[in-house]
Amino acid sequence: MKNLKLIIVLVIFASVISSCNDKRKRQLQYMPDMYVSVPYDVDDADGLNNKPVNSKPVAGTIPRGGHPAYDIPDTPDGYEKSKAELKNPLEATEENLENGKAMYTIYCTSCHGKKGDGKGHLAVTEKFLGIPSYADRDINSGTIYHVIMHGKNLMGSHSSQLTYKERWQIAHYVEKLRSDLVK
Amino acid sequence: MKSVALHSKLAKVLLKSFTFILFFAFSLSTTSQEVDEARQKEGRKIFKSLCASCHKLDKKLIGPALGGIEQRRENDWLKAWIKNNAELRASGDRDAIAIFEEYNGSVMSAFPQLSDQQIDDILYYTTVGELEKKVVGPIPPSNPDGGDNTPKWIIWFLAGAIVVAFLMIASLLKQVNELKGNTSPETTSNLKRDLHELWEGIKRNTFLKVSSTIFLLLIGAYVVFGIIFKVGVDEGYTPLQPIAFSHKIHAGENKIECQYCHSSAKHSKHSGIPSVNVCMNCHKNIAEVAEGTKVEWDGMTYGKAELDKEIAKIYKAAGWNPETLEYTGETQPIKWIRIHNLPDFAYFNHSQHVTVAGLKCQKCHGPVEEMDEMRQYSPLTMGWCINCHRETNVDLKGNDYYDKIHKELAKKYNVDKVTIAQLGGLECGKCHY
Repeated sequence: MKNLKLIIVLVIFASVISSCNDKRKRQLQYMPDMYVSVPYDVDDADGLNNKPVNSKPVAGTIPRGGHPAYDIPDTPDGYEKSKAELKNPLEATEENLENGKAMYTIYCTSCHGKKGDGKGHLAVTEKFLGIPSYADRDINSGTIYHVIMHGKNLMGSHSSQLTYKERWQIAHYVEKLRSDLVK
Repeated sequence: MKSVALHSKLAKVLLKSFTFILFFAFSLSTTSQEVDEARQKEGRKIFKSLCASCHKLDKKLIGPALGGIEQRRENDWLKAWIKNNAELRASGDRDAIAIFEEYNGSVMSAFPQLSDQQIDDILYYTTVGELEKKVVGPIPPSNPDGGDNTPKWIIWFLAGAIVVAFLMIASLLKQVNELKGNTSPETTSNLKRDLHELWEGIKRNTFLKVSSTIFLLLIGAYVVFGIIFKVGVDEGYTPLQPIAFSHKIHAGENKIECQYCHSSAKHSKHSGIPSVNVCMNCHKNIAEVAEGTKVEWDGMTYGKAELDKEIAKIYKAAGWNPETLEYTGETQPIKWIRIHNLPDFAYFNHSQHVTVAGLKCQKCHGPVEEMDEMRQYSPLTMGWCINCHRETNVDLKGNDYYDKIHKELAKKYNVDKVTIAQLGGLECGKCHY
């Protein structure tokens, strides 16, 4: 019967060793209360009253030092209104254009292409179809901002990924691309 | 009862063969039609570049499905609508106003630049559709046992060798003992006797005593240190995520920038996991993966059938009805499992590394664009952080505010370029406070 005991000990030892290498599990933590944060995790799915932490703010919320919420509605009339009334509050300085280009490269090039001709990587590989060239559309900085906020047709809203300033910087850069294309 | 069963069976067979013949006849009739490939190609090209952002052939998108539109509308009406639909509506055309109202007044762009010939080509394409491609046979599922297992084999091999060596020594000792004439009593089991003899043999031989003690100590140290150094170090951690999301497809093949989805990395401490509205920016349009897409997931190869179900999971979370193309409002969170987690006592800020230092994400997260299943690439230990801070130079260009201190530091350390460590990047309080 001693053999049986030996075998049991060996099996337990082997399982302990192999469980250390399970890639689906975290390793042992020394004092886990220092690893797991007490406040809500940014992406917690059940944080505030068992609701996701990462949710939309109440309509009309203005962040500290922020700007009033964008109130032009996502309708054909709203689009015309943005075209007529919205003006870019930023100057088209080199700095603004440079950051506009950096943001454009991250958030827009996949579809609209580096030059804004609608030949981005996703359009060329036929994942997204019918991306228009900026030159073929009658757009100004107001409509560009409006479309970044609300999206248009198949394009979704990119407001959650960009700040107020970055959106206007992109608007400057897109206008520059368009004037280069029209030339 | 028996006859009825037989009868229904017969009927089933007849029905099956009839549908088969029908299908065959239908497919014959469609393929027997002459397709003008040049026209179809031309039409397809224009359709894909101008129309496809809002129209599909077989499904409603922003606008109605256009497959076989020529059978539903007259050619002249279509031309008038495509060239300038606002004018047509203004002229009081009833059909035009009806369709405009059916789609809640969303305006279709006018295409005055298209010639009649081009519109005819587009309409021809909507009638004949895609040309049939050669059918590619199903790809056999690949073997999940990759080359990853080699190190394990070596470990088992070494362990086996050690065991064999021990057995050899034991048998040798046993023979020595037998030659000496002290046989153990027969009542005990073989293994016990062998172990006992081994023990006795080792006790008597000084060399064996010393070497086996050293050996055991080494093994023990290896095991103990192996366990201690893994505490809290999750290098290679690959939790099974709720959706089979492949970074290889998104960041690799489709070349989407990391920050497109992880947009908070540029301003925030955290590089957050994107909320589902960011997924929907693209997946509103992409409801199914391309033919032949493959993802290695949990030891299996996921094909189109499995991956389309994964996209459906996003729709469920976002409350999106892919049939009516509307949000239902019934949302639920996707419970992604966090992989990279620094303990609470270590402060780390993404924006400092991404925006200020301009590091590539891959520097710490490894070749994410090649990973189907996301895993922790770096150990994220303090030594690993410190090492990079010692080796990396600070980019001093265009930073007038710190010009003076940079110059003085460079003079103090007698170097051209200042590393992060020389700038104070190793002070405890930088990360622990």
